[in-house]
Amino acid sequence: MGSINLENVSKSFGETRVIPPLNLDIEEGEFVVFVGPSGCGKSTLLRLIAGLEDVTTGTIHIDGADVTEVRPARRGLAMVFQSYALYPHMSVRKNIAFPLKMAGMDPGEIDQKVDRAASVLNLTDYLERRPGQLSGGQRQRVAIGRAIVRSPKAFLFDEPLSNLDAALRVNMRLEISELHKNLKTTMIYVTHDQIEAMTMADKIVVLQAGVIEQVGSPMELYRSPANLFVAGFIGSPKMNFIEGAEAAARNAKTIGVRPEHLRLSTDSGTWKGTIGVSEHLGSDTFFHVAAEGIGNLTVRAPGEVELSYGDTVFVTPEPDKVYAFDDKGQVVR
Amino acid sequence: MARKSFNMNKVYFTVAAWAVGLLIFFPILWTILTSFKTEAEAIASPPLFLGFDWTLENYAEVQERSDYFRHFWNSVVISLGSTLVGLLIAIPAAWSMAFVPGRRTKDVLMWMLSTKMLPPVGVLVPIYLIFRDTGLLDTRTGLVIVLTLINLPIIVWMLYTYFKEIPGEILEAARMDGAGLWSEIVHVLTPMAVPGIASTLLLNIILAWNEAFWTLNLTAATAAPLTAFIASYSSPEGLFYAKLSAASTMAIAPILVMGWFSQKQLVRGLTFGAVK
Repeated sequence: MGSINLENVSKSFGETRVIPPLNLDIEEGEFVVFVGPSGCGKSTLLRLIAGLEDVTTGTIHIDGADVTEVRPARRGLAMVFQSYALYPHMSVRKNIAFPLKMAGMDPGEIDQKVDRAASVLNLTDYLERRPGQLSGGQRQRVAIGRAIVRSPKAFLFDEPLSNLDAALRVNMRLEISELHKNLKTTMIYVTHDQIEAMTMADKIVVLQAGVIEQVGSPMELYRSPANLFVAGFIGSPKMNFIEGAEAAARNAKTIGVRPEHLRLSTDSGTWKGTIGVSEHLGSDTFFHVAAEGIGNLTVRAPGEVELSYGDTVFVTPEPDKVYAFDDKGQVVR
Repeated sequence: MARKSFNMNKVYFTVAAWAVGLLIFFPILWTILTSFKTEAEAIASPPLFLGFDWTLENYAEVQERSDYFRHFWNSVVISLGSTLVGLLIAIPAAWSMAFVPGRRTKDVLMWMLSTKMLPPVGVLVPIYLIFRDTGLLDTRTGLVIVLTLINLPIIVWMLYTYFKEIPGEILEAARMDGAGLWSEIVHVLTPMAVPGIASTLLLNIILAWNEAFWTLNLTAATAAPLTAFIASYSSPEGLFYAKLSAASTMAIAPILVMGWFSQKQLVRGLTFGAVK
């Protein structure tokens, strides 16, 4: 239960084409993350799957059945919205019970299911409160509770953590991952945050301007990005891109090296440069190095490294970790 | 220093606000005071403010000369009736314009509002003739119809602005949760919009209660509401100010009391969209 297939799906708003025709297969039980910069069409794609927007062309199948013309309520999917979209006039209990009530379930059974969901999500003490009396994290849990009670074929998450503070976001990230391990239900998760994508996904779909740039597991995307966009989007800090003579020497328009694949030395190395700003995180140190004839490079050094502003250093890339891209931005293998 | 000038500003503003408030309220106050004077005192020059012999004789006479409660009841039926029928039409209209707008929704809204810019007298003759031919003249049904129609643009506009404030995601969540159109309107939209619907209801009752052009022109005796009751005390000759004031006071009292009790709701209703 819970495989989703998109075939030639496209979406236009009036004359504006937001998503050119695309194909995508989501396997049963997979945790799929749609990631991309704002306005890349990832939320629209999710809304097409949900049925909140009509496709312009193409078909959507859920568990083999064509649902392209089926209204959202009948697709058997549950959605968690960025704004949580709780019903402000209902208690937490009624919010979570709403989809079951709409399904015409018997009140006794509804209570049982709501209580079970509330205990899983640590909401038992808040069941009689209104959403307005809850913190952001609790509201998010209620929204998730409302989604899980009805045992949907798949969960759709639309940037669910972007309204939470950083610490809470990390917690909720873990909770959602754990939920996926327990429920084993298909989840589609939309985010612009590549760290969320890397940490949670079984499969990442990278989108830009409505086009799928690459699909793969987090490590596949990290190790073998298909193009400049994916290479720059996945990984933090961002991959260093170098153009000019250095790239031409490798028969490429652009070459790329991740900050963690550059070695620093004070006496010898490939590129000579001066240390600019350094960021000390304790576990790592990020150096911004102005390299002669190369440009600015970000270098990641493990642990604490004592180098100061203005020091002369040498930067050496790990030879097998240099990516080459052609003039269309595609990787050269 | 800054603190002091801030305090002085506060004093000026308070005084100014009270002055404006009293200025606006003065005609009503004067009407109420006049209703307790004799006809001679009512036209005395210089005018008497409080130093007159307070009397209730105008009220007694007004009650004796005309049937206040019949007019009152007509006003209640007409204002409530036209408001409820109006809401019944306007809620679905505003829902569709707020949540599934078409390319011409804004134009439709503007067009509806533009009907309010037309001087009513411009359509008096055709409407009068239609009413005469269909037997609606001097009936409460006729007045309910005409007041529903003239206030509908305002009801739709108010509800539209109110519905626009409700996040669309909540309705989408209801749709995802399995609610059909009907459940969505009954279980989610309406409960959330209750404050807006209530203020629309109140404002429209007030507008319909005070409406004088159509109620005076389309009624004679049977369906005449309180506006006609007041007008019947105005005459081109003789002394009538005190009795007219008594009739006016009796006509505005119910709506004034209602407005007083619901002012919080009304202010919210009249300013939404303006203050978030």
